[in-house]
Amino acid sequence: MHDESPHFADAVITTQTGVDTAKETQSLGPFDIPATIEKPEDVQDELLIEIYRQMALLREFDRRSVRLQRAGRIGTYPPLEGQEACQVASTLALRKADYVVPTYRDYGAMMVHGMPMEHILMYWNGRPEGAVIPQDVHVFPLAVPIATQLPHAAGLAWAAKLQGRDEVSLAFFGDGASSEGDFHEAMNFAAVFKLPVVFFCQNNQYAISVPLSRQTATETIAEKAAAYGVTGVRIPGWDAVAVYRAVRDAVVRASRGEGPTLIEALTYRYGPHTTSDDPTKYRPLSEAESWRERDPVETLRQDLNRYRLWDDAKEAELQEWIHETIQAALAKMESLGPVNPLELFDHVYAKLPSHLERAKAEFLTELSHEQTKGDAQ
Amino acid sequence: MTEMTLVQAVNDALRTALQSDDRVILLGEDIGKNGGVFRATEGLQARFGEQRVVDTPLAEAGIIGTSVGLAAGGMKPIPEIQFMGFIYPGFEQIVSHVARLRMRSRSRFTAPMVIRVPYGGRIRAPELHSESTETFFAHTPGLTVVTPSNPYDAKGLLLSAVQSDDPVIFLEPMHIYRSFRQSVPEEPYIVPIGSAQIVKPGRDVTVITWGAMVRDVLDATAKVEATRGIEVEVIDLRTLAPWDEETVFASVNKTGRAVIVHEAVLNLGLGAELAARISEECVLQLEAPVTRVGGLNVPVPLFQLEDLHAPTHARIQRGIDKVLDF
Repeated sequence: MHDESPHFADAVITTQTGVDTAKETQSLGPFDIPATIEKPEDVQDELLIEIYRQMALLREFDRRSVRLQRAGRIGTYPPLEGQEACQVASTLALRKADYVVPTYRDYGAMMVHGMPMEHILMYWNGRPEGAVIPQDVHVFPLAVPIATQLPHAAGLAWAAKLQGRDEVSLAFFGDGASSEGDFHEAMNFAAVFKLPVVFFCQNNQYAISVPLSRQTATETIAEKAAAYGVTGVRIPGWDAVAVYRAVRDAVVRASRGEGPTLIEALTYRYGPHTTSDDPTKYRPLSEAESWRERDPVETLRQDLNRYRLWDDAKEAELQEWIHETIQAALAKMESLGPVNPLELFDHVYAKLPSHLERAKAEFLTELSHEQTKGDAQ
Repeated sequence: MTEMTLVQAVNDALRTALQSDDRVILLGEDIGKNGGVFRATEGLQARFGEQRVVDTPLAEAGIIGTSVGLAAGGMKPIPEIQFMGFIYPGFEQIVSHVARLRMRSRSRFTAPMVIRVPYGGRIRAPELHSESTETFFAHTPGLTVVTPSNPYDAKGLLLSAVQSDDPVIFLEPMHIYRSFRQSVPEEPYIVPIGSAQIVKPGRDVTVITWGAMVRDVLDATAKVEATRGIEVEVIDLRTLAPWDEETVFASVNKTGRAVIVHEAVLNLGLGAELAARISEECVLQLEAPVTRVGGLNVPVPLFQLEDLHAPTHARIQRGIDKVLDF
């Protein structure tokens, strides 16, 4: 924690909705960037609206994906509802050349940075096409093993620095990842070599079922930054403007050669860890309800209304666009035929080694035998 | 041509790589000013600077993990892991990311890098400094695993590995880092990956081995040949994954007898895979079951007993006798 930070503010927060959340958030603060009260002068209206549009899209995409999983139209899926501000407002603070280095729950950030929505659906539907990242999109493949993406982000930033490219890596991770060795090693490398990385922790309070108090004995994750000689910033992760400001400032610092920043954004996933998880086993429902009182999407919509940037007609139009966008992505996924089994052998090596060429030929023969057998039955 | 030890040939190859390709970056523990604990990177930081020959924090996952990002970002990292017994903090990065990045991104990102790892025992080193766990890596699709048995191959294979579009685990047999010299061309050259070498032709038995064991096998077989009046064909596998089936099968089809010798513990060592494949492909020519001679199936001991852990000449000879006397 850096008390000298110009953004430092205390914990008492009154949201624009008039709901006094000071009581619930007392344990969450203090924050280096406070939740927004006034209309921000440093964030353009168009950008505020864009942040809201993307967050609303992400929320609906997420709810739809959970339903698709329940209906068996995609596989296991890790919902992010509640974390929209963290993923959208952070990524919209990036330049196109900057890298998003995500975990499995950060498809929101991936989409905002240019990953096609249908690819996200295809990925969770177990299709290889879902792993395709368009050439001009600076998004790294999502990492499944916890914290392992953090050294990658440091390495990408290192490569950019060595080659004189002004590219900052924005690495996402969760509170649980802060317990992993890779978190420590990545923070340390980034600090020692002054790499242009932003480590963005979505502290959603639980690593599956294990609460933060079992991950760390420190009050905050942000304060760990001090151990690496890095700037640590703690923000209300439900507040899109606070998220935007924190990442924007960290990217500026990184780009100037001032090294990495650790951002801890307090947030909450309303839903399960994945569609296979049952959160009622490890936390009370009332907890999610209390977090919904400072819901990121709802808060921003009401703020936009208050700033006279938004109204019901615009909301209706937005919801229609969201519906069409998701339908179009879903239609693309469902228009695909069965996955070509021969894709198994693609992209393992630059050139297929001879033992795999033979294995592929044998596999093809087996497939055609099974096909013939199937036809005969 | 210069007479060089294996470790000097490694140094020479690294110098060549740094000189010819601006993307090449060396990173590891003590590789800079100190020149590496085995002096494999001696003089390179002084010549190419701290940006290209980088002393890193003492963190193997960090070394391999940042190398993934470096490679994906257009560099050609050559990380050094100080000893094979210390590679495990970086193991997750190797098997889950280095080996899979190409597949996971459908070739949008790749992680070509050469992970240099001194390996094997018999240098009187402390505990966990003498491991031969090549199986872990040879078992992992997406990786290429290479090990030289002499200075000439060390330089040629290392330069091949640097040129490879795939990640390579480059195992350097510590036992023979300095045990002999060989003429090594000063100019760059390539020893192709994926091709074994028949280091000694023979008609009666094929012995397949690699790394430091090649010299042991040559010495041990010379005695068997003299006493039994037979000829042994010795194959240096050189690339452990993907290995050269063609050369191995052709040899075994000719001799009808195969012995595999490796320093790694016998159980599920690479010899098991070789034996299985030879049995499948050469069954009609085999005069005897394929035999394996490996490290004992116990952890590598403190050094007083390490020579007995690795295949001894006597065990290698018994393996050859076994297939001859079947």
